[in-house]
Amino acid sequence: MTTGTLTPYRSDMRAGRDGFGQLLRAEWTKFRTVRGWVIGMMAAVLVTVALGLLASSGHAVCNGQACNLSVPTGPGGEAVTDSFYFVRQPLAGSGSITVRVASLSGGNTSHNPGGPATAGLQPWAKAGIIIKENTRPGSAYAAMVVTGSHGVRMQYNYTGDTAGLAGVVSRASPRWLRLTRSGDTITGYESANGSAWTKVGTVRLSGLSPVVQTGLFVSSPAYRQVTSQRLLGTGAVIGPTLATAVFDHLSLHGTQTGGAWHGSLIGGGASGAYPVQGGGYHRAGGRFTVSGSGDIAPAVAGAGDPGQTIEHSLAGAFAGLIVLVVVAAMFITAEYQRGLIRTTLAASPRRGPVLAAKAIVIGAVTFVAGLAAAAAAVLLGGRVLRGNGILVYPVTPLTEVRVVAGTAALLAIAAVLALAIGAILRRSAAAVAAVIVVIVLPYILAVPHVMPVAAAQWLLRITPAAGFAIQQSLPQYPQVSNAYTPSSGYYPLAPWAGFAVLCGYAALALGLAIFLLRRRDA
Amino acid sequence: MSQAPYANWVSMREALHAEWTKLRTAPGTLWLLVAVVALTAALSAAAAAAATCPSAGCGQDPAKISLTGIYLGQAVVAVLAVLAISGEYSTGMIRTTLAAMPRRTTVLAAKAAILTGLVLTAGTIAVLGSVLAGRLILPGHGFTPAHGYPPLSLADGPVLRAAAGSVLYLALIALLSLGAATTVRDSAAAVGAALGLLYLFPIIAAVVTDPHWQRHLQQIGPMSAGLEIQATTGLRSLPIGPWAGLGVLAAWAAAALLAGGLLLRLRDA
Repeated sequence: MTTGTLTPYRSDMRAGRDGFGQLLRAEWTKFRTVRGWVIGMMAAVLVTVALGLLASSGHAVCNGQACNLSVPTGPGGEAVTDSFYFVRQPLAGSGSITVRVASLSGGNTSHNPGGPATAGLQPWAKAGIIIKENTRPGSAYAAMVVTGSHGVRMQYNYTGDTAGLAGVVSRASPRWLRLTRSGDTITGYESANGSAWTKVGTVRLSGLSPVVQTGLFVSSPAYRQVTSQRLLGTGAVIGPTLATAVFDHLSLHGTQTGGAWHGSLIGGGASGAYPVQGGGYHRAGGRFTVSGSGDIAPAVAGAGDPGQTIEHSLAGAFAGLIVLVVVAAMFITAEYQRGLIRTTLAASPRRGPVLAAKAIVIGAVTFVAGLAAAAAAVLLGGRVLRGNGILVYPVTPLTEVRVVAGTAALLAIAAVLALAIGAILRRSAAAVAAVIVVIVLPYILAVPHVMPVAAAQWLLRITPAAGFAIQQSLPQYPQVSNAYTPSSGYYPLAPWAGFAVLCGYAALALGLAIFLLRRRDA
Repeated sequence: MSQAPYANWVSMREALHAEWTKLRTAPGTLWLLVAVVALTAALSAAAAAAATCPSAGCGQDPAKISLTGIYLGQAVVAVLAVLAISGEYSTGMIRTTLAAMPRRTTVLAAKAAILTGLVLTAGTIAVLGSVLAGRLILPGHGFTPAHGYPPLSLADGPVLRAAAGSVLYLALIALLSLGAATTVRDSAAAVGAALGLLYLFPIIAAVVTDPHWQRHLQQIGPMSAGLEIQATTGLRSLPIGPWAGLGVLAAWAAAALLAGGLLLRLRDA
């Protein structure tokens, strides 16, 4: 008997590392070596850009009048509408302007045969006093206004809106308005009797010139009558309206006062995007009767509008999304189909990180592909639209980045959702159908006359389709009347809130997928 | 030689029997059929519950509202149809099938026939459930005779056309998906292709604002044209008539089956 120790066999190979970096590398290798998936990714980019171009070039070609329109941009860089009748004179340095609005009435245009039969006083017709940087449309301003049916408001720089006294102005209950300037700061006051004044708001218009224009103004926004709401979108008749206001007890304090009042039409004209009828003023002693048309407000896209938003060129993202969902679901279901999942899990037994690595790889690849597709679609689509003489609403660079990068992020999160559902169901057909149905179908059902608007808006709040809100470039403003429906590009949730809903679904699905992957046999 | 027609006939009957057995015993089939019925009826009932008709002449189409569930049910039908053939490719069963029945067009025809039968059955139950839900729910939301809406009844010609047409629509969606799946073979890609074909036309039509383009896209899209069969009011303003629209979908389905059949004959399995 010989005693000795038996040396166990030791492999010469070094033990493999199984850090998270290695997992990522393994998953990336799997992705890039399957030709069909790489081709699918490229196809998603191409189809997104191609359908975006189709959507842009399929736009009704402008006819004569509606060609080469332009909208001014406000101090914040957003598209605005700025046309009204202005009875003005310059004001140097600090000062104040006070007036009494005795009445505000309105009616529709006489210049628009075939237009809406009667419009009456528009809810957002405005009459009041304004302090404005200069007469260029889009310049900074602050105003105290009486509106058709929204009471007294203090409005500034197009998007700002503060409510004052409610109620309709009439000879029996006139409204007194006052604006005071002190440096860059403008304060608005209101009064029902001219003696007891209430402060409505204070705004700082940074960089306001020493000499500004101030005076009386009247505006009345275009009348929209929705004529059809079909699968095709919304048809509408749009026509100018006119409002007339009577002012008295006008007083102006400050230097360079006592000059003559001068009436002029601001904005409008042939290149204006919104119909304007004109206006004028008549002075009898201390009484000013001013008529005006147009609006001082942020631009909104909607029924009957001549312009297009930048996200119009991103309609192809739906097609790209469908292709990406197929690739992302196959990224996991193909492993089950081929049995590769057993090799994968034998090589890296910690299952949670395996799925996390897959999600990161597919999300990152999709984000890059989506970014390229969205940027190309917005750039080329915008060029095609402008080339056809179609107005594209200008947005701030930040908004443009949010729309483009947000679309890429939306596609990436949708891919992660598809991966997670694929891991849960382990069947690619069911996974692909489920993801397409929850993301694309609510959008189709939201088109008018498929489902009522209220129900459709709920669908776009609670389903993953809410994520498309990130593409909305023009915000919804309560101080502008418009049909804010999904078919005209307005989502019920704010951009990032909608995106968060989609992220929530993806996180939930991924959590469930990891839980099931650890629980079940592969 | 005189036995050839007899052999052929037996072969078709045998093929039908074989396909019926395969589809019947596949684990997902029953659940998918249940899902077609449940999801269609549920979405239809939800749409009916969300609809309101505040006054006479509110311009809504009650038949269309109570058949909204077809938008969802068709996705399940597409999955069922895709799995009928792609399932065989993913497991390799297709090689056994084709070894047993070398006439490949017969195999596809048998699959199409069995699938059509199943979808017609499930579709009929789903549509009847949807119409019943509409009949029960809509009068409570203003769709009353006073507002010009008698209760939904299949004895009414246009309503019967909408209901029966919706069942046919589902069957044609199944054939379109079967053709697409035979063409691309992989189930994920096939479902993506079928649903993309259905859902993308309305979206593109909604963003294209040129009226001519819109009309054409509506006329050629398999879903937008096919679902015009559900219209019972305002037929004059439709981009395409109800039966013509269903014909467009039938043409799509025929084209997909033809492409699938040709490729099935030409390619190795």
